[in-house]
Order: sequence, then structure tokens, then C-alpha cells
Amino acid sequence: MDIFLQQLINGLVLGSVYALVALGYTMVYGILELINFAHGEITMMGAMVSLAVIGALALAAPGLPGVLVLGAGLAVAIPVCMALGLLIERVAYRPLRHAPRLAPLITAIGVSIILQNIAMLIWGKQYIPFPAILPQGRHEILGASISDTQIAILVLAVLIMMTLILVVQKTRLGRAMRATAQSRQVASLMGVDVNRVIASTFVIGSALAAVAGVMVSAYYGLAHYYMGFLLGLKAFSAAVLGGIGNLGGAMLGGLLLGLIESFGAGYIGDLTGGFLGSHYQDVFAFFVLIAVLVFRPSGLLGARVVERA
Amino acid sequence: MSALLSISQLSVAYGGIQAVRDLSLEVAPGEMVCLIGANGAGKTTTLKAISGLIAPQAGSVHFDGQALTRLPAHEVARRGLTLVPEGRGVFPRMSVVENLMMGAYTRRDRATIARDLDQVYALLPRLTERRAQLAGLLSGGEQQMLALGRAMMARPRLLLLDEPSMGLAPLMVQAVFDIIRQIAAGDVAVLLVEQNAHLALKTCARGYVLENGVVTLSGMSADLSANPAVRQAYLGE
Repeated sequence: MDIFLQQLINGLVLGSVYALVALGYTMVYGILELINFAHGEITMMGAMVSLAVIGALALAAPGLPGVLVLGAGLAVAIPVCMALGLLIERVAYRPLRHAPRLAPLITAIGVSIILQNIAMLIWGKQYIPFPAILPQGRHEILGASISDTQIAILVLAVLIMMTLILVVQKTRLGRAMRATAQSRQVASLMGVDVNRVIASTFVIGSALAAVAGVMVSAYYGLAHYYMGFLLGLKAFSAAVLGGIGNLGGAMLGGLLLGLIESFGAGYIGDLTGGFLGSHYQDVFAFFVLIAVLVFRPSGLLGARVVERA
Repeated sequence: MSALLSISQLSVAYGGIQAVRDLSLEVAPGEMVCLIGANGAGKTTTLKAISGLIAPQAGSVHFDGQALTRLPAHEVARRGLTLVPEGRGVFPRMSVVENLMMGAYTRRDRATIARDLDQVYALLPRLTERRAQLAGLLSGGEQQMLALGRAMMARPRLLLLDEPSMGLAPLMVQAVFDIIRQIAAGDVAVLLVEQNAHLALKTCARGYVLENGVVTLSGMSADLSANPAVRQAYLGE
């Protein structure tokens, strides 16, 4: 029972991070039918920038409370990632708005490689440890344990997702985003500046990615210039699982993927008689991706089939 | 009399094809004007060029004395000129009321928007019952009404209508054109594009005939309806 509950907690925490990143993929796909494969790298940049700020602050002012230091890291990483998202859209995607859809896909991969290399040049190839600034408290629930960091990740992720739903459903920008997603041409006839709405979508998605990047590095205790690749692929799988283009789908897909990974890693040893271990954790995301694409390409909540991904 | 919309020598090329050539056209404030012609004559292209969806090759479009030429569509929409596109273009995954509110997207005056919404519901009672329904679930005629109501929410001075009768049952066509006439009675100018020339000439005071991208005839609807060439080509006689 305690192992089950433990995996459930771990899966939910991990899944809420996947959900935040998956939202970025799904929002951009919903509006442009474009997979922004540089999105994982934006997450990585969020982690790296915040770690740089946190590291510098921890050196300069060692007495500062950890939460404050973390807040400063986020306060820098979020705008940096937003600017990065804006820049990528402007430079790599907007000029190709009317090009065949393979073209922006290729520039997306190009942008990820560039971002990885920039990060490598700035921060090097080694793993960067997340300084031990956060409260290390753990709480026991029914034989399982949950850390302060995990609680913070869960609460923050839920708050962010609720805010996002409110923005998309209730605000003028949200209505413009949904209208643009349904018909760019008609939205422009309503007076919607479609380019601005698309740019806003990238900016919002990038802000979520920044937060998710900080969460991941705080959770695993490290960051690395290549971390965005796997994280991005997993979040993309989560978005496809939920039904790409669908916000609720990205949230559901993220949580499910987190749970599948967590339970998979927890029980794979028992199931294979010790033949495969928990280091096979990363395999599950791709099993899920393949299974969804084969059996239900529109995803769990997606109404439309992904025509031209 | 100064024209509300004044198009002069407009030429539009579309993927290497000359769709519209040297088109000149005027609409006075509050006037109802139709543009008739066969399929592919360049009617839709003309409306798209006016509303900024495609950039013209040459010529100019002036609205209320201001040049619209080469403004993007969203800027044109903000100047009081609203296109109801061919095939209605409602947002299928938005509710009726959300579609209507999209029409008022550029407006910030909450109180008058609420009043206009009530007026649209009064004009289109069928929509009132379905205000929470997704627009994609409405019938074709209801979608056309919604598109008209949405256009009214922008408080336009000129309404561009692209084939509002397309795909509708005869009774529904009547209902839609009744609404168009009511809208025009409220001092909104209308430029109507229609393949149904009979209906268009009956509805509008003046008309232009477009053939292969060129205006071949223009004048009062009564004169056009009496013209043997128009009768033969467009009125099926």
C-alpha cells in the first residue's frame, strides 16, 4: 500500500510538471497546427537561468531565505523565457507562416540545437546542482512520504493551470486565442491582430515552460543543457495522449503520463522478475506515444484527428 | 454626394491569375449596392481585397475619405467596415453569445455592447433560445443569422456580405434577406455579393455586373433587371 501511495504521489508531482510543459505544445498547436519542438529547450533555459540566478544569490547573500532566492530565480527565468519564446516565433516561425509545414518543423529542430549549444557554451556540459536552499521537510501520509518541494510543485502547478483556464475561457485575449485557433482569417475580420495573439500564445507557453523548468531542476536537484530534449519529448507525448490542441487534454495527458512513468518504474522490476529496473522509466512515455498514435491518434480528449503533425 | 466606400481601378491577382481588373465602384452612406456575376467572376476576391484579406496589385480603396489600401484585415475591421465571409465563418467551437461578443472585439464600451447584444437578440429571436449552444451545432440558416448578428456587434457603417443565400433553403433565404433589409434600414450601407442576381437586384437599389474580373455593366437595379444581356445571363430568361 505504501509503495502504491508513494508512486501515486511521485507520479502526480512529475505529471503536473509534464502538464505545464505539455500546455505550451498544445496551445501553439491549437493555434498554428505547428509542433514547436524548441519548447523543451525553453524549459531547459528556464531551469538554467534560474539556477544561475539562484547560484549567484546563494553566493552573494548566503543568509537569504531559500524561498526568496527561488522566487528571484523564477522572477528572472520567466521573463527571459517569455522573451525567448517571442523571439523564436518572430524569427523562426512567422516568416514561414505560409510555407509548407515541414519547413517550420525543421527550423524548430534547428532552434532547439542552437539553444542547446548556447546553453552548453554558457554553462558547460556538466550537470549543475540545484543548491540546497529549499526547506527539506518531509511529511508522512499513510506510510508514504511527500516533501515540501513536491507539495510546492503540486500546488503551484494546479494554481497556474487554473489561472490559464480562466484566462482562456473568460478574458478578451483568451477569446481571441480561441477564435484565432478556429479561423485565423475570420478572427482578423473581427479586428483581432492575429500576429499578436500568436505571439502571446508563445509568450504564455514559454512562461509555463520556465516555471516547469525550475520545478524539474528543484525536484531532481540538477539541471543540464540537454535536459530539455527528453523533457520536451515526454511533454509532447503527454500532449498527444490528451489530444493535442486541447488544453484539458494536455493537463490530463501530463498527469497520466507522470503516473504511468511512476508506476511503471515502481513495478517494472517486480513484473519482469528483476530483469528490467526502474532506469527504464523513460521508456514508458514513448510506449504511450506510439500506442496513442496507433490506436487513438486524436488523443483522449481530442475531437479532431491530428491531420498533419 | 461623397461616397462612403470608393474603389478605384482595383486590380487583384491570385496565384498568377488576374482575378479582378481595373474595378471601380462606389457605395454611398446607407446605400444598398449589389455586385453580381457568375461563379469565378471575382466577386469574393473583390470583397477580400476591400477588407484587407488579400493585398491588391494596383488601385485604391477609400473608406470615409481614408485610404484602406494595404491595411491588414484587423485594421480595416476597426474602421467600421465588416465582412461577413462566404460560408458564414462562425466560430464552431464557441457558443452563440461568444461569437456575438467576438463581433464586438474592438469595442470597449461595455454598457453599449450589452445594449447592442439585446438588440441583436431582438432582431434574431432564434439565436436567443440558443445563446449557450455551440455555433457549430446550428443549422446553416441560423449560422448565417449568427454571422449577421456578429457583424452588427461591430457597429459597422458598411457591411460586406458574401453570398448570404448560399446553401440555404428558400424559406431561410427569405428570412436572411429580411434581416439584411432590417439592418440596412438602420442606416448601415451594404455591399452585397450574390450569385442569385434576381434576389440581389430586388434587394439593392443599385448594382454592378462583374464578368471575368471586369465590371461590364452598372446602374440602378431596375435598369439592370430590364437589360436584355442581364436578363439572359443572370436572370435565367
